[in-house]
Parts: sequence; structure tokens; C-alpha cells
Amino acid sequence: MTLETAVAAALFAGVIAYALFGGADFGSGFFDLTAGGTRRGAELRTLIDHSIGPVWEANHVWLIYVLVMWWTGFPESFASAMSTLILPMLLALLGIVLRGASFAFRKFAPTIGQAQLYGAIFAGSSIITPFFFGTVAGAIASGRVPAEGRGDVWSSWLNPTSLWGGVIAVGSSAFLAGVFLTADAQRTDRGALAASLRHRTLAVGAVTGAVVFAALIPILRDAPTLADGLTGPAAPLIITSGLTGAATLLLIAVRRYRPARVTAVVAVASVVSGWGVGQYPWLLVDEVRIADGAGADATLVGLLVVVGLAGVLVLPPLVYLFRLTQSEDWAHHSGS
Amino acid sequence: MFDAIHALTLEDPAGLMPARQQMALSLGWHIILASFGVAFPAIILAAHWRGVHRGDDVALVLAKRWAKVSAVLFAIGAVSGTVLSFEMGLLWPGLMGPYGDVLGLPFAFEGLSFFVEAIFLGLYLYGWGRVPPNRHLLMLVPMALAGVVGSYCVIAVNAWMNMPVGFRLENGEVVDVDPWAVLLNPGAVLQFAHMWVAAYMVVGFSVAGVYAAGMLRGRLDRHHRLGFTIPFVFATVAALVQPFIGHLLGLRIAEAQPAKLAAFELATETESPSPLRLGGLLIDGEVRYSLDIPVLGSIIARNSFTKPVEGLETIALSDRPPVNITHIAFQSMVGIGTLLFVAVLIYWFARWRGRDLMGNRWTLRAAVAAGPLAVVAMEAGWIATEVGRQPWVVYGYLRTPDAAGDNPQIWILLVATAVLYTALTVGAVVVLRSMARRWRAGEEDLPSPYGPESPAAGSTKQPVEQGRVEP
Repeated sequence: MTLETAVAAALFAGVIAYALFGGADFGSGFFDLTAGGTRRGAELRTLIDHSIGPVWEANHVWLIYVLVMWWTGFPESFASAMSTLILPMLLALLGIVLRGASFAFRKFAPTIGQAQLYGAIFAGSSIITPFFFGTVAGAIASGRVPAEGRGDVWSSWLNPTSLWGGVIAVGSSAFLAGVFLTADAQRTDRGALAASLRHRTLAVGAVTGAVVFAALIPILRDAPTLADGLTGPAAPLIITSGLTGAATLLLIAVRRYRPARVTAVVAVASVVSGWGVGQYPWLLVDEVRIADGAGADATLVGLLVVVGLAGVLVLPPLVYLFRLTQSEDWAHHSGS
Repeated sequence: MFDAIHALTLEDPAGLMPARQQMALSLGWHIILASFGVAFPAIILAAHWRGVHRGDDVALVLAKRWAKVSAVLFAIGAVSGTVLSFEMGLLWPGLMGPYGDVLGLPFAFEGLSFFVEAIFLGLYLYGWGRVPPNRHLLMLVPMALAGVVGSYCVIAVNAWMNMPVGFRLENGEVVDVDPWAVLLNPGAVLQFAHMWVAAYMVVGFSVAGVYAAGMLRGRLDRHHRLGFTIPFVFATVAALVQPFIGHLLGLRIAEAQPAKLAAFELATETESPSPLRLGGLLIDGEVRYSLDIPVLGSIIARNSFTKPVEGLETIALSDRPPVNITHIAFQSMVGIGTLLFVAVLIYWFARWRGRDLMGNRWTLRAAVAAGPLAVVAMEAGWIATEVGRQPWVVYGYLRTPDAAGDNPQIWILLVATAVLYTALTVGAVVVLRSMARRWRAGEEDLPSPYGPESPAAGSTKQPVEQGRVEP
């Protein structure tokens, strides 16, 4: 593996991690939005608060990781992607700012009216953020970001691959969130809530699965280079995502929520990796190859050192945080 | 006048002016929250440590409340920091394209430390009652350390912009990139120290000011005294150290950035020895309204009775920074810093002589004012160093107009950002004030607001401390 490919792989590992963990946090916004009125939705909203409260900031850092790896490892492509995709990037950013702030504000809101306001902003912004990131992925994957300078600021992300990419991102996020929230509800002995979440997660999962495979048709037509990859080297990943997605629905249907979390993660990770493998070896499809877009070698080595350090310094406490928040002890001790 | 401005801006890309304002707004807003991210964990640690190891329940209540406040501040700090990450590419493609792999590595290390801080923040905020108290307390240590490392890394990039190292230009191409030289650049340590200490001044004085305001309203209980004293001790140490760090930092500017020093000192001509010019504005090439103290300029800026401050006349017109903004911002920072230095000396001297100044209304009013003053000083410092570096973004290598994009729509973004940040500020103030109000009313846990009987609410309610409940 060349130095450039290693850094690109590390960068893309961050994309997958953000899609999974950040995605699950954003996806909970869908369930928050559809939780119903103040009284009926109170239990679910409290559950969402407890599920994503301790972890959302850590999960958000994957985005920072991706941005920094990108601009340091592949600076010219970062500059042209940011210039071209300024609108979806800004809209995703708006969603990030509003989601984070309103989530924190809602937790300590003094009145139900303020909580409703912040809650609506939290839920709405949680949906727009993955959508616009999905359009960004579609723009890169369909070869609409030029190697240098600024591409078309509208058609680069208002096209079939981008729009379907956005819908897939929203659906996968909601699907992941549904599986995790259902498992959380069961673990904290909220039987009725788990039952209602089970229904909704099944519906979201079925729709998302259908969308992912239906979208293949327009995407294959719109993005030929990506299509070659998806039907070639990335085909096993697409099949894996189909199988694990179906397995997740089956597990949810028979109320085996704990193993369903694993299959759901594999399903979404396969879809995202399918995109990555599908567009390899392109960094910006049809424009720049990974090998040609990289920065200085010394910097790439430095980035790999950072990745190694992250494995030692970040992963252990991150695993500890996840284990703690998913433990029985933590779940039954519902404090502030 | 309008024509002159018009002619000036014609040469610049359409994205330059709005990009500058956008960067100033988002950086100026974020730096306050970033200061809390850097300094607050250690201050909370002091209170929490006292609470756990000395059995001080008042200190423990303070730590718990500060933790909740930090949950709100860190959340908006995290997202406003993300805004800056995006803006690096959105506003400055001419910087990030050619120089991204030169300046990126410190940001990668900063990302690492942000990761650590976010993880332990989650563990700390949600660990109350769930993690054994001794271990829970220690979650603050990696947060505080990550704050140190993270701010060093960001400042390393800024120091590099002032004193670039770690690359060469060959026919306009960036070659021989050494990212470690940027991370460990010689300018970083002092500049980091200056900002790190500034963060403790901002947070220490601001938090202490909240309790001083409470004492002004007659709440003279131990809760308020301790809530004032703990952050004030941090702020005191910081305020006493800061002028010396600032002086050391200033001494090297004569070598590194003579144009910036000339603007700081409002030195139009090289004079030996140079006077210290207090106040003053440069109007039509003439210095007006200034108070000149002979020789002091050379002593302060050059550590010498004779060495001059190089005047603006030695610098090409196209390489001069906007002089008035730089000069006023610099002197505001120094003036406020000196004021706070003297104020904390007086406070502790009086306390040492056995006078309790917490009953003195003017002392309390000054303590309330110290927080906003420290914020103004920090902002002025950033304005001074950033505007003073102009017209360069990478000093001597890349001019700011060449780093900006050609997107005139950035003006719309600027307006939208101003509206958004105003709304966020209002939201944060409303929420934080409501938290304080409910704490005074005796609520401790501030359960989630949904529904009258939300299942998670109130199950670990703390006993209300005596004497703190307001009528």
C-alpha cells in the first residue's frame, strides 16, 4: 500500500465512523420529530436525550478528523471541493450548529415552550445535515468536483446521484438510530416504548433498504465511473449490505434487538464502504486520483503518526465511554 | 472618499472583504467559548477536588453546577469550532490549497486532543453518581490536558503564519515541506503561553464576576464566597503572569514583524530612543491626540535605552498594516491587562492586611466588570496581532487577497452568520440565566423538561443546601 493510499484509507475510515456514529445521533432527530405531542413524546425524547447526550460530541469529532485529514493530506482537492460545494457544505454546517446548540439548550430549557422550540430545531437540523452531506458524497462520486478551481455551484449537488445520496444518508441514519433506540428502550425496561420504536424502525428500515437499491438504477446511469466500481470490486459490499440489512429487519421483527445493532452497523458500513471502494482509485472521481492529489510525503507520514496515536490515546477511552453508556448499570441509574 | 475605497477594493477578489469579516466574527465568537474549553475544566477540578477530598459540600455543589454550565458552553463551542474548520476551505482556498499540507499537521494533533476532550466531557458530565467519585473526578484531568495541547496546536499554526517555517517556495511552488517544523515552530511556545493564560483570565474573571454580582444582590453566603474565590485565584495568577509573557512576546516582534511593531507603537518615523505613544490616531499621515513619553517606547519594546522602534517610513506602502486599528487594539489590550494586574494586587494586598473586600460594593462592581474587560482585552489582542500581520496571511509569502476566493455571495453568508450567532448568544444567555434562577429556587438537578412526569426526572434529587434558597 502506498503512503497516499494509506492516508486515504485512514481518511475514509473516519468517513465510515462519522456515518455510523454521527449518523446514529442525527438519525435520532427523525424519531424525535415524529415522537408526537409533548405528553406522548416525552418518554421517547427523554430516551433520546440519554442515549446521545454523553456521546454526540465525541461522535461529532469524526467530522473534524475527516476535514483535517482531507485538507492536510489532499489540500488542493479540499480547496476545490469546498469552493464548488459551498452551498451544501454551508447548509450541512448550519444543521450542525443548530443541532448541537439546540440539543444542549433543550436539555436545560426551563419551560416546555422553550423545550418545544429547541426540540423542533434539534430534530429538523438533525435531518438536513445528513441529507446535505449525502449530496456532497454524490457530487464527488459522480465526478462533478473539478481538480482545481470552482465547479458549478448548483448542478454539482443538484443531480440524481447527489439527491439520492442525500436520501440514502437520511434513511441510513434514521435506521441506525431506530435500532439503537429500540435496544436502549428495551434495556431500560420501557416495554411500550420499545414496541412502538420496533414498529417504526421496521418501517424506516424497509423504506431505506428499498431506497438504497432503487437508487442504484439512477446512480448507475448518472455516475458511470462509480457504476463500474459498484458492479465490480464493490459488488460484494453492496450484497453484504442487502443481506445484513434484511437480517436486521428480521432480528427486530423477532425482538432480538442486541444482535440487531451489530447487523445494522454492518449494513450501513457496507453501503458507505461500497461508495469508497466503488470510486477507488479516484479521490475526486474522473478528476484526481488518490496518488496524484496528495500533499507532501513528510506530511502524510505525520498524519499516519497521528492516526497511530489516535489508536492509542483515543480509541481506549472511546470504547470505555461506549461500554459504559451501553451497560446495564448506567441504564438503570438515570440521573441528570 | 467613496471613490478611494472603491478603487482600493477593485484590485481585491470579491470574496476578500466579506471573508475577512466572516473570519473575524466567527473566530472572535469562538475564542470566548474556546477559552472556557481550555480553562474551565481545571477550575471545575479545583472545586470538585475540594468537594471530594476535603468533604466540602459547598464546593461539590459548585462543581456540579459548573459542569452543567460547561455542558451548554462546550456544546456551542464544539459547533462554532466546526464552523472555523469549514471556513478554512470555504473562505481561504488560496491558503488551504497550496499550504494545506504545510499547516495541517498541528490541526491533526488538535483534532486528537479535541477527541480526548469530547470523550472525557461525556464521561464527566454523565458520570455523576454512575462512576466512583474518585475516578469520576479524574475525568477532568485529560480534559484539562487536552485543552492545553489543543490550544498549543492551534496557536502553533497562528505563530507559523506570523513566522513561517517548514517549507520553501520554488518558482511559486511550495516544496521541502516539513510539517514537524511547523508544529514545533520557535514562535509557538510564547504565543501559546500568552493565549493560554488569557483563557484563564477570561474564564476566571467571568465566573468570579457571576458570584460577585450575586454578592452585590446581598447573597453573601459561603456558596457565593467560594464560587468567587476559586475562579478568582486562577484569574489572579494568570493576570499577574500575563504582562511578563506579553512583554517577552513583544520583544521579538521587532525582529520578526517590524511593520506590526511600528503599528502597535504608532511609530511613523524611526526615533532613537523611541517614545511610548499613548493613545493617538494616524490622520493623513500625521499622529494626532497622542501622549508621548520619551525613551519608554525603546525600553518596553526593545529592552534598551537606545534601540529604536523601526518606523512605518521604512516599510513599503503596500506592506503596511491598517495602523489605527492595530494601534488602538494593542493599547486597549495592554491597558486592560495592566489595570487587571494592578487590581488583583490591590485585592490580595488588602486581604493580606485583613480587610474583607467582599462586603465592599465598589470592589464587587469592579469584580463584575473584570470578566467583560478580560474578554475585551483578549479580543483586542487578537485584532492587534491579526490586523497587524496584514496584508499577509502567511507573513512574507502569501498576501491575504491571494488567499481569498472570488465569491461575492460571502456577504450573504456574513449577514446570516451574524443573525445566527446573535440568536445562539441570546439562547445561551436565556438558558444559563434560567438555570441560575432555578438553582436559586432550590432545584438542583434540572430534569429534562418534557412532560410533567418524565420517567428520568428527579430520581437523584440532591438535598437542597441550607441558606442558599432565595425567597
